Amino acid sequence: MSRRQRVGLFGAAAVVAAGLWCWGAWGLPGFGHYPGPYGQLINQLVVGQRHTTDAVTAVNFDYRGLDTIGEEFILFVSALGASVLLRVLRREHLRRRPVRGVAREAPQTSEAVRLAGIMLVAPGVVLGLYVVTHGQLTPGGGFQGGVILAAVGFAVFLTGRRLDLRRILPRHLSEAGHSLGAAGFVAVGLATLALGAAFLQNILPLGATAQLDSAGFIPIVSALIGLEVACALLLIASEFLLQAEEVEDQGEQRR
Amino acid sequence: MIPLEVVVYVAVGLGGTAVVLTRDPLRQTMSAGIFGLALVLLFAVYQAPDVALSMLTVAAVALPMMALIAIARTRRAR
Repeated sequence: MSRRQRVGLFGAAAVVAAGLWCWGAWGLPGFGHYPGPYGQLINQLVVGQRHTTDAVTAVNFDYRGLDTIGEEFILFVSALGASVLLRVLRREHLRRRPVRGVAREAPQTSEAVRLAGIMLVAPGVVLGLYVVTHGQLTPGGGFQGGVILAAVGFAVFLTGRRLDLRRILPRHLSEAGHSLGAAGFVAVGLATLALGAAFLQNILPLGATAQLDSAGFIPIVSALIGLEVACALLLIASEFLLQAEEVEDQGEQRR
Repeated sequence: MIPLEVVVYVAVGLGGTAVVLTRDPLRQTMSAGIFGLALVLLFAVYQAPDVALSMLTVAAVALPMMALIAIARTRRAR
C-alpha cells in the first residue's frame, strides 16, 4: 500500500469516526446536567450515612465494595500469573547455567536522571501515603496511592546502577504484601459476616466527618488496597525485568 | 457543549492521532503519556477527580513502565 493510499484511508476513516462521534455526542446531556438519580442520592446520603466527604470512595469501598474486591483480584491474579509463568521459565534457565553478573549492570543513566530520581523519592513516599490515607476525605485512595508508591520504587530503580528491582523490595516482601492486601479486604468482609452483619457492611464506629479516622472501615480497606497495588506493580515489574535480563544472558551465550 | 469541553475533546483527538502516527515505540510511550494527560484533563473537566487521579497514575507510571520494559526486552533479544 502506497503512502498516498494510506493517507487517503486514514482521512476517510477519520471523517467517518468524527461523524459518528458528533452523532453520538449530540444526544448527550448538557454539561452539568446529570440525568440519573443514583449520583444525587449518593451525594445527599453519603455524609450522613458514612461520614465520608468523598462520595466516590464511599461507593467503591463501601456501597459497592464487592465490585472492588473483584477488581482488586484482577490485579492480584495478573501479578500472580506473571510471577508463576515467568518463574517456570526462569528455573529452566537457571538449571542450565547460573545467571551471570555481567548483565546485571544497568545501562548508564545521566547524572540529571539520577538526581531527579533521588529528589522524587521522599516527596513520592509522602504523596503516596497521603493519597492512600486520605481516600475517604479527598479524591484518591488505595489504588492511586499504591501506584504512586510503586512509582517511588521505579524512581529508585532509575537512580541506581543495578537492574534488579528485588534489591528495592525483596521478592518475599512484595509477594507477602500483595497477598496480604488482597486477602485483607476479603477478611474485612468475612469479619463483618462473623459479627452478624452483611458482607462488607460498615459496622465500625464512623467517627467525626472530615477526620482521618472517620468513615469506619474505609481507611483500613484503602490501606490494604494501597499495599496490594504497590506490591503487585513492583512484583510484575521485577518479574519482567528479570526475564529481560535472562533473554540478554541467553543471547550472549549463543554468540 | 461549553468551550472547555471542545478544547479537551480536540486535545484528546489530537493526542490519540499522535500516538497512532508515532512510529518508534520508545517515542510512542512519550506520546501515549501526553495522550493520557489529555484524558486526565477530560476527566477533570467533567468533575471526576477520582477518575482523573487514577488515569494520571496509570498514564504516568503503570503504562509507560510496562511499555518500556517490553521495549527493553525485545531490543535486547535482537
